[in-house]
Amino acid sequence: MKLFPIRGGVHPEYRKELCSEKAIVSMPMPELLYIPLQQHIGAPAEALVSEGDLVKKGQMIARGQGTVSVPHHAPTSGRIKAVTQVIAIHPSGLTQLTIVIEPDGRDEWADLPAPIDDPFSVKPQEIKDRVAQSGIVGMGGAAFPSAVKLNLGIQLKIDTLLINGAECEPYLTCDDRTMRERADEVIDGARIMAHALGAPSVIIAIEENKPQAIEIMTRAAEAQPNVEVVGVPVQYPMGAERQLTQAITGLETPSRKLTADLGVVVHNVATARAVQQAVRYGRPLVSRVVTVSGEAIREPKNVEVPIGTPVAKVVEFCGGFTSEPARLVNGGPMMGAPLVSLEVPVVKGTSGILALTAGEVKERPASPCIRCGVCITVCPCGLSPVEMAPQIRKDHLDVAAKLGVMDCFSCGSCSWVCPSHIPLVHYFNYAKGMLAEMDREKKKVERTKALSEEHTIRLEKADEAKKAAMAAKKAEMAAALAAKNQAASAAADKANP
Amino acid sequence: MSKLFPSKTAPFAYSTNSVQKTMTTVLLALAPATLFNLYLFGWPAILLFAVTVGACAVAEASCVAVSGRPATSTLGDGSAVLTGWLLAMSLPPWAPWWTGLVGAVFAIYLAKHAYGGLGQNPFNPAMVARVALLISFPVVMTTWVAPHPLFSANAPGLADAFAITFGGKPIDAMSSASVLGFVKTELSRGIPVTQSITQVPNLMDMAIGYRVGSMGETSALLIFAGGLFLIARGIISWHIPVAVIGSLFLMGAVSNLADPARFTGGAIQVMSGATFLGAFFIATDYVTSPVSKQGQLVFGVGVGLLTWIIRSFAGYPEGMAFAVLLMNALTPIIDQYTRPRGFGRTRKGDPLPLKVNS
Repeated sequence: MKLFPIRGGVHPEYRKELCSEKAIVSMPMPELLYIPLQQHIGAPAEALVSEGDLVKKGQMIARGQGTVSVPHHAPTSGRIKAVTQVIAIHPSGLTQLTIVIEPDGRDEWADLPAPIDDPFSVKPQEIKDRVAQSGIVGMGGAAFPSAVKLNLGIQLKIDTLLINGAECEPYLTCDDRTMRERADEVIDGARIMAHALGAPSVIIAIEENKPQAIEIMTRAAEAQPNVEVVGVPVQYPMGAERQLTQAITGLETPSRKLTADLGVVVHNVATARAVQQAVRYGRPLVSRVVTVSGEAIREPKNVEVPIGTPVAKVVEFCGGFTSEPARLVNGGPMMGAPLVSLEVPVVKGTSGILALTAGEVKERPASPCIRCGVCITVCPCGLSPVEMAPQIRKDHLDVAAKLGVMDCFSCGSCSWVCPSHIPLVHYFNYAKGMLAEMDREKKKVERTKALSEEHTIRLEKADEAKKAAMAAKKAEMAAALAAKNQAASAAADKANP
Repeated sequence: MSKLFPSKTAPFAYSTNSVQKTMTTVLLALAPATLFNLYLFGWPAILLFAVTVGACAVAEASCVAVSGRPATSTLGDGSAVLTGWLLAMSLPPWAPWWTGLVGAVFAIYLAKHAYGGLGQNPFNPAMVARVALLISFPVVMTTWVAPHPLFSANAPGLADAFAITFGGKPIDAMSSASVLGFVKTELSRGIPVTQSITQVPNLMDMAIGYRVGSMGETSALLIFAGGLFLIARGIISWHIPVAVIGSLFLMGAVSNLADPARFTGGAIQVMSGATFLGAFFIATDYVTSPVSKQGQLVFGVGVGLLTWIIRSFAGYPEGMAFAVLLMNALTPIIDQYTRPRGFGRTRKGDPLPLKVNS
């Protein structure tokens, strides 16, 4: 298959060898599971259980609220210990409403929705309903509700379902292992999703640093004429949605549009597998494969972790730390989030838990910019970090916005490559946050203004209507009076001929 | 709640790039040509080189100390040494010691730290120093000597060298003119280029470096090799050198074709003067050249054109330093008009029109 070049990018040290040959292993159920109500992009779910309730594995314990939301399910059978505020897996370290389950050790399944035996003969809506009901989100890290993304097939004509097996983040091997160990399930899931989208073809893109996965998936896809497995060049951030779409189709997604507008919908391999499990077996998303790696982890592993397991338990299962980690990361090292505590639970979007030593991170203090321009060369978005960063440092956010800072998707290539170690992407994250906030404020003010104008117009209209009514009434009264007078005078005339 | 880990956002991985590594690589690339030239021009050149680089380092340390930071804190990045090195390479090899010192003051105090230090200077410090010296001391800065290789028969010994560099011993007897200077002087006397060109060293000698000139002007081949090394190491890209040399060659070739008596040819333009040092080491200075590749092409062509114009029409035989400084002044505006096109956007910055593959 002909591939197309993508712009910029870097080649970080991948360090996948720490985990790539470690088969996925299950871990023992922890004493307590913490299921946050918000594990996804969109509105938080609403708890359906309260303290003391008994639940079974796969039972819905929180339902999605609104169109962009997902329900959550009990990862095992047990008793609800509490529905309370618990520290969330978020860099802020703030708490959020969380369902705490005390497992009973029996791991008993609830009555699950019936398997869809022939998913290709049912209506797409039935698949999408099942996906929505099973609490599936994008498992590459973004955690966007998958059913919402499958709905894109309704308004748009989708030609290709692009299954993202690029796994371009260093260290992470969970998708690699999923493809190698569960290839048939992934391909089945992909085909089911393609059916739901109305997409005639499926392309599975895998970075060439995973030759075994490419081989196994290619073999597994042989029987399916509409499924193609493609090796893509190793170039971070190949796994970004727009970049991967461009590499495969040559099409550049216009700014503010979706890849779906080009007829391409991108889903992660683990998501495809989760969809397959939900459709074929009725099993909701209650666990996921997490890569636990980094030199500070004693035994790096790919672990099938029940959702809600505290990170500390996962680390403990991997032999604990060899040394105090310099950085603890949720996700990959390039775009992951800092883990502020070991107490936080693993959620549906947790692809990796990394404990990195100072030697691996190679963090150094920033020095002055020497304008080498390498940040421009590596930026996959065609931005000029060297120009934006100083503007943001001076808080000239309007200038930064004009230079396109909102197009930055925080891949971190510029920060990675900068010889002066300037935290470029931090500046952009700050600017994006502030600009989004300002935009919200502006919209709010505009909305308020519009509402108040509407209100004024309404009042004026009511006033006018009132005046008109009064005028009408007056006229009526005048007419009646006139008629009465006329009648009276007529009577008088009659009386006095 | 257990202890909180230090929180800092991604990335949590960094390349091994550093300013120091970049500067060291540039110095490494300059080393072969420098060593060869120090050999070629002997002890006086070695003394001047040491004085110039040393003075730049001291100037840097004193500036940093004045700004309240530890004096040696920025010496490690190697930028001051590089400035001194390039300045030394652009001086006449037997120039007196104070040219290096005054040059260091111009380069480090005025051209660099007056603007805020590393990364803030609009003009190339070494070239500011060279031009300031050239305008202030035209005789000293244009007194060239033919190569006197170290340990050769007529090469000055260490004692003579001290007398030349520090003692002001006149070297007029040994002085000679550079190729570009000679051609220009002859032209002003009414002798056409076609005739004067027969008296300059052949192209091969010019390439190897056995000719009159500043240290960086001779030995084009070794400078070229150093430049290729920088490109291979990814320190510089090909854009500026190719644009500079290409436009200079083109102007030389075309003008020579039009009027051979008036203009030297493309090959002479490229092989003489400081073309290679300028194209690979001076014009490519990160701080003072455009950041985008398109901008670098514009910049390089500008340097090439201006160099040719100055060499051909202005009072000075060599124009590389002037050309670089003039283009340095244009760098901000070039940057502004040569930003890369944003992903999913037109050149103007609007979203691309939606075209669906059907």
